[in-house]
Amino acid sequence: MNPPIVRLFALVIVLFALLVAYTSRWTVFEAQALRNHTANSRTLLEEERVRRGRITTSDGQVLAGSKKLDRKRFKRRYPTGALFAHPIGYSFLVRGRSGLERYYNEPLSGQRTELVSAVDSILGERRVGNDMQTTLSTAAQQAAVQGLGGRRGAVVAMDVSTGAIRAMVSAPSYDPNAVDDPAGANLDQAPGSPQINRATQGRYPPGSTFKVVTAAAALDSGRYTPTSMVDGENGKRISGVPLQNFGGKDWGRIDLTTALTYSVNTAWASVGEELGGETMNDYMERFGFYADPPLDYPDDQMLPSGVRPGGGGGRLLHPDNEEVDVGRMSIGQGRLEASALQLATVAQTVANGGVRMKPYLRERVIDSDGRTVEKAEPEEVERVMSEESAGQLTQMMRNVVREGTGTAAAMQGVQVAGKTGTAELNQSDLNQPWFIGFTPKHAVAVTIEAVQGGTGGEMAAPIAKSVFEALGE
Amino acid sequence: MSARNRELLALIPASLLVSFGFAAIFIERAAELSNVSLSYGAMFLALCLTGHVVLRFLLPHADPYLFPLAAVLVCFGLVVIYRLNPDKALIQARWFVIALALFTATIFFLRQDFRVLERYRYTIAVAGLLLLAAPRLPFIGQQVNGAYLGVKVGPISFQPAEFSKIAIVIFLAAYLRDNRQVLVQGAKRFLGLTIPPLKQFGPLLVIWGLAMLMLIFIRDLGSSLMFFGGFLALLYVATNRFSFVVAGMTAFFAGSWLIATNVSHVRERLTIWRDPFAPDVVQGAGYQLAQSLFAQADGGLFGKGFAQALLGTPKQSILPTPDTDFIYAVIVNELGLVGACALLLVYLLFVERGLRIAMLGQDSFSKLLATGLTAVFALQVFVIVGGVIKLIPLTGVTLPFVSYGGSSIVANFVLLALLLLVSDRARRTAVGMTP
Repeated sequence: MNPPIVRLFALVIVLFALLVAYTSRWTVFEAQALRNHTANSRTLLEEERVRRGRITTSDGQVLAGSKKLDRKRFKRRYPTGALFAHPIGYSFLVRGRSGLERYYNEPLSGQRTELVSAVDSILGERRVGNDMQTTLSTAAQQAAVQGLGGRRGAVVAMDVSTGAIRAMVSAPSYDPNAVDDPAGANLDQAPGSPQINRATQGRYPPGSTFKVVTAAAALDSGRYTPTSMVDGENGKRISGVPLQNFGGKDWGRIDLTTALTYSVNTAWASVGEELGGETMNDYMERFGFYADPPLDYPDDQMLPSGVRPGGGGGRLLHPDNEEVDVGRMSIGQGRLEASALQLATVAQTVANGGVRMKPYLRERVIDSDGRTVEKAEPEEVERVMSEESAGQLTQMMRNVVREGTGTAAAMQGVQVAGKTGTAELNQSDLNQPWFIGFTPKHAVAVTIEAVQGGTGGEMAAPIAKSVFEALGE
Repeated sequence: MSARNRELLALIPASLLVSFGFAAIFIERAAELSNVSLSYGAMFLALCLTGHVVLRFLLPHADPYLFPLAAVLVCFGLVVIYRLNPDKALIQARWFVIALALFTATIFFLRQDFRVLERYRYTIAVAGLLLLAAPRLPFIGQQVNGAYLGVKVGPISFQPAEFSKIAIVIFLAAYLRDNRQVLVQGAKRFLGLTIPPLKQFGPLLVIWGLAMLMLIFIRDLGSSLMFFGGFLALLYVATNRFSFVVAGMTAFFAGSWLIATNVSHVRERLTIWRDPFAPDVVQGAGYQLAQSLFAQADGGLFGKGFAQALLGTPKQSILPTPDTDFIYAVIVNELGLVGACALLLVYLLFVERGLRIAMLGQDSFSKLLATGLTAVFALQVFVIVGGVIKLIPLTGVTLPFVSYGGSSIVANFVLLALLLLVSDRARRTAVGMTP
């Protein structure tokens, strides 16, 4: 009877091998698909058990911390409330994640490879998130919020030489602590859509601030110099339709510097038409228009800047398309839309001698033992214009603040360069005031939404000045 | 070294496992547990040593590795149950004591010659069938999840199918010993098929058919699979006719198909098995199996670590019945594929020892009894683990020696006692020390 017993044992071995094979199927080969399965609530519950890393400003203010719910579970809390809601975002079990909380979820939640976590579990180490220091400045952020004073709008401040974001404000804001509150108001239905980050998603007509881009194209293409004479006559026909200067003033023949200092519409529209759609397209793309900003921030919380002919629709049209009114676009009209981040980048580029830097929010990541595991490396995106052109443009923009429309931004002992903008909205009497500017160290873009009367020079420039001051200028 | 000293040495892994396991849980949950919990470990070790002493005196020649293998499994099970629910571990520990008592009693009464069982084969068969039917009886029967598995007499409830599997195996072994020659030699070939003589095959079919009917009657699919597999294994070893196995398998699949299409309870199991993630299944009937697979995926290659897996709250467990049917999923979750392979290897070693005893057996009854008991044991592991990992449709049987449940551990210790009895006799005759 022994041979059949041996065969029986062989069968048992085969059956057990099948058990091992199937167990490996779920634990190894198809594990990732199962972990990501929609019916699998483990990942979420697991994350609640991880103490997420803290997020701080560059000056050490805690922006996001973890509160212990009970022995094993943690919940996010945001000590600064609405002040940093847009750049930081939130992270809650039910509501999901946004902002930096989402973009840097992996380091913040301490996700590691299988082997490392296996070693950790043998050593009995719990999964702990890494801390993250941002580039943001509490003082600059506060100055921007106070400057906006409850009005809707956006402010972005950057380091000129690195691209580090020092302030990112979108108003109205919301309290991220209330997002997870079941009794709290639904963000999506709140008045003023506070969940939108107007600094990165705002679609505002840039108005005259865009003349900086036109000027850069004019100077760097070699077809104009700061002293080139242009025609500033009022009512000049642009694309066949007469264009008005601010206040209906007829400037006659003036040089390019004067045209920028006093923001002469007809002069810049002619320059834009003269340069043509292709040249304008070239320079706009170099400045970062028509692409998502290269910021370390979730893609769907940012929008590219450019001409949107449909208005409400998201389709972008390049200026070399014949549907685009290149003249009006060159003075920031003609359905051109830009975010505060894009225009801050324009100012940063000019200030940095023509080199556009990659904007970033994360300064460094620090592990639970206090070691810096990742550190931001300033990165050049591209050279937009020659150093000489940038120098000329800087001088022209300093003139704007010294004697032109931007005098409200002038400061003692610091040379401020800038450009104002007062875009007229389609609704009667409503303006979109703007100011973009820079000191040798910092670049700023400020805009206020739909204001009755009031220009960029009067309303936005003082905010820029207080942000510069908060940054220690 | 003598067999018993080898056995004593082989108990060391079990003692290490239980010490480290309890220490690990104690460290992990020091805030909740008292120091008393550490004394559990010592208690289990003392029980294992008691078992060893029993064998040293009553069955000095028995296989030295079977008892330590069972002890490793029991200790491992206790640690896992303790990690899931310390109260249940205490109850399980009490059952362990009862199991050892019954183990000792079985060995004590049958130590002269276990072959007396042969004489009572029909009594044992009827007792086994009655046990199977008991959960359907009024007053004492219990229904759990649509199956009639439990019997409750006073404060004690148990699952009689665990015991009847031993009874049926004893009957089959005894009956086949008498009739195996006739079954083979009397077989006629008809249309290319080997037909065993009905006169000898008849009683076998009757007892086996009754058992199957009972199982359908009490809706215990897992046990019916085990019984049938054990029956085929015995028939094959007794007759060495593979054609019998083929015929049996054909009959089984035909029967399964009939039952599956007609009994909604069974049909549902099949639907879940085909796709537990189907939209209307995953949150309903397929929830258990889906969660079992999620738990295993969560474990990965090395597992979450001991006492680290996510279980949910004590009231609302993510994985249903983590201490009985799905204990294998919990083990994979915490110890990963590596730990699961180690566990399966221990079971395989147990089966190897069991079949080795069968091969050493000096007479047909010894051989068939050891084969039958081991085959049923191996199939039980296959049925429950295979169900939990979606290899076969899920049917609720316990993971021998590991799962929480009194009847399971007691019945498996009786099974172990019988195997050791066979072994002692075989090895005693082999070394020429006839009593």
